[in-house]
Amino acid sequence: MSTPHTQDITGFLHSQRNKETLRFITCGSVDDGKSTLIGRLLYESKSIFDDQLEALASDSRQYGTQGEKMDLALLVDGLQAEREQGITIDVAYRFFATDRRRYIVADTPGHEQYTRNMATGASTAELAVILIDARKGVLTQTRRHSRIVAMMGIRQVVLAVNKMDLVGFDEAVFNTIVADYRSFAAGFEFAGIQAIPVSGLDGDNVLQPSAHTPWYSGPSLLAHLDTVDLSAARARGAFRMPLQWVNRPNLDFRGFCGRVAEGAVRPGDAVRVLPSGVQTRVKAVIDGFGEVDSAHAGDAITLTLADEVDVSRGDVLVAADAAPEVADQFEAKLLWMSGHALTPGRQYLMKLACKEVTATVTGIKYREDVNTGAHLAARTLGLNEIATVNLSTSAPLVFEPYGVNRALGSFILIDKLTFETAGAGMIDFALRRASNIHWQALEIDKASRAAQKHQAPRCVWFTGLSGSGKSTIANLLEKRLHAEGRHTYVLDGDNVRHGLNRDLGFIEADRVENIRRVAEVARLMVDAGLIVLVSFISPFRTERRMARDLFAAGEFIEVFIDTPLEVCEQRDVKGLYAKARRGELKNFTGIDSIYEAPETPEIRLQPAKDSAQACVELVWRTLR
Amino acid sequence: MTPLESESIEIIREAAATAIKPVMMYSIGKDSSVMLHLARKAFYPAPPPFPLLHVDTGWKFRAMYAHRDRMVAESGMRLITHTNPEGLAAGINPFIHGSNYHTDVMKTQALKQALDAHGFDVVFGGARRDEEKSRAKERVFSFRAPGHRWDPKAQRPELWNLYNTHIHAGESIRVFPISNWTELDVWQYILQENIPIVPLYLAAERPVVQRGGQWIMVDDERFPFAPGEQAVMKRVRFRTLGCWPLTAAIESDADTLEAAIAEIFNARSSEREGRLIDSDAPGSMEKKKQEGYF
Repeated sequence: MSTPHTQDITGFLHSQRNKETLRFITCGSVDDGKSTLIGRLLYESKSIFDDQLEALASDSRQYGTQGEKMDLALLVDGLQAEREQGITIDVAYRFFATDRRRYIVADTPGHEQYTRNMATGASTAELAVILIDARKGVLTQTRRHSRIVAMMGIRQVVLAVNKMDLVGFDEAVFNTIVADYRSFAAGFEFAGIQAIPVSGLDGDNVLQPSAHTPWYSGPSLLAHLDTVDLSAARARGAFRMPLQWVNRPNLDFRGFCGRVAEGAVRPGDAVRVLPSGVQTRVKAVIDGFGEVDSAHAGDAITLTLADEVDVSRGDVLVAADAAPEVADQFEAKLLWMSGHALTPGRQYLMKLACKEVTATVTGIKYREDVNTGAHLAARTLGLNEIATVNLSTSAPLVFEPYGVNRALGSFILIDKLTFETAGAGMIDFALRRASNIHWQALEIDKASRAAQKHQAPRCVWFTGLSGSGKSTIANLLEKRLHAEGRHTYVLDGDNVRHGLNRDLGFIEADRVENIRRVAEVARLMVDAGLIVLVSFISPFRTERRMARDLFAAGEFIEVFIDTPLEVCEQRDVKGLYAKARRGELKNFTGIDSIYEAPETPEIRLQPAKDSAQACVELVWRTLR
Repeated sequence: MTPLESESIEIIREAAATAIKPVMMYSIGKDSSVMLHLARKAFYPAPPPFPLLHVDTGWKFRAMYAHRDRMVAESGMRLITHTNPEGLAAGINPFIHGSNYHTDVMKTQALKQALDAHGFDVVFGGARRDEEKSRAKERVFSFRAPGHRWDPKAQRPELWNLYNTHIHAGESIRVFPISNWTELDVWQYILQENIPIVPLYLAAERPVVQRGGQWIMVDDERFPFAPGEQAVMKRVRFRTLGCWPLTAAIESDADTLEAAIAEIFNARSSEREGRLIDSDAPGSMEKKKQEGYF
């Protein structure tokens, strides 16, 4: 990038401002020379300052892998662990500019265990530079990365066949690799694949056409980046703006703030608020400190509306005549990013645009082998695995398929307990089930059913290890309540597994489903006005919390039967502990499957210390 | 509106909408000036719905204090200042105790004290990814464990513009709205939007003393002159602003913003060169960040 003099600085800065920005990622296998190539781009575009070059020279002597040459990769690999191991762990963002465009490069890690970091870089990119080592050709990792690039919706691909210097700039080698790749990538929706023979180490075909490749007539890498057509990826649809913030400084001003996700908006435009569907008109479009005539995709603006309509954060303002769908059941692609496996039936927080709801994966249709693309059956999903899943949300979402609109088609799943970002998803389409099953509005409600029975319906949830005394206490309690004329029912783990849940085993996914079904049954019974006593080991906090969330405040009473494992094992009424110890029983809670004790149960009982009657008395009192 | 500016405003609004008690770090420098301007745009016509926090080491240039008070009055925002009381009582002095110790006690420790005392859960900072290598890997929403520790290996993946804003008690999030800006973007935006900056960024005659090959400005009477040492008047300006004993001036005639910008981008040396804390040891910025430095 040429540098300016004082007199033409204003013109220079103006040209900077009007440059298009292209975000791209670089990816490829370990040791394909990604970091070196980016270092080369920064170096050639004169984005490196003198003091940084000096630091590089000193770093090269300490950590460098290029002998006497400067190791340009060290410009990019920033974390100590990376410099010491000579690899890239996390996605790093780099900036450079040419006279035509500004660039934000996400340098992403090649190792399989950092797939999620690669997806992070790809999520905001419009183009991918996929590196191939000319000596090795198309590898498993090349295929995996291409698959992720395609899944993330990137349409422009540059195939940089690197280290051409090490194969003597042989045209035949290049052509074979390119033909290989093209046949592999034929199934992906790439708008263009530009193959370029390069050497990141020496700079061949990076900025200038190389004298070593007279047989190659295409553009250099930088020339291609400068001219690649991005208009298709930026096509404009109808107006959509997720609402981020309601600005109410005083009674006279009510502004709706957000970033335009798609299309354009002008004063006077008819808009609709989704999901409510209310229609109104745009009064003013405010950009920064003043009103403007129009705003376009990408602009962060504030709108005022003609009518006093109810709009809150998470709603979406859309063109009135071209509204997107609203649904609560979806098919989506999901990349799992957590060490804790995705388990169908478990609840997660889901964030789509500015809206957060609770979501459950209701089924994994198939897992995709990221290396081969093969469809595999799966009951759970582990770190870095990709699947097509069905998803159900607690509230309807305004959405568009990811292929149509990234902003309304992408979402993340957040673990409800740890709050880690556990999954990244892309909606394919809505499942129609929800729109066909309407809630029957019933005239006799829970309160009237309860009143007829003269009792407050409750769900008393007994949790504890096998043999801790749950069933004993639940039975004694039911006897006492029954004698008083109250309407009760006991849902017992063993009994339910003989009927409703006979199809479920004891792996984690089945245990989650086991609890989900019982919690739903208990909810129906409470709705019918009963006092339900649930006696289930229910080892996981997340599922007990899911059960709790089904009930109104105060309706759910968690009772922790706190009997030490040694006591349960010693008692071993059903002989199960002995079996588990002998290895004849897998996934037995307390032995080879964990029990997560409640942190704040309503009641904690210690039948090992207190009598069963005393324990029953304690619970009974809370039900009076 | 440029995509960069829009992205920053979106980030500021998202953090403000989801935080319980947000605050914006205000260090009075050019990056802080841009952040403040973006925050004001994001919530116009309302003032930004959070206070400014200035961690005051007691060693800022006098012109910086004046600029700070002017901007606070103009923006209608509340200013919170905090100085580490133990450091103050111990008389921590960068000339005596050195840059490392001064920065640790008066900046890093002081910042943690201020955040803990007020219980801020979301803290806006003006860091940019182009500043330094470990910053290039920083998230926009950077998660901090209790005790403000940054674990580079435990960062949350950050896809699209979907920021995970959930934290437990004791944890916090540092939010960097201008992560994707370069130094050139910052200057260009200051010029384009006519954003007020501290006059020290432009050349003027100032009293300086040469120390270790660098010009240090004598900003007040605390400068420890060696026997026979005297300040000389030089036309100088500053590329970055911090504690005056730790911030080197450069000789320059660039007394307009345009001239200063032209000079910055003709001179090929990066802005952190004038900051003495970066070059102590390999990975020193990464270490400081792990300890809670911004």
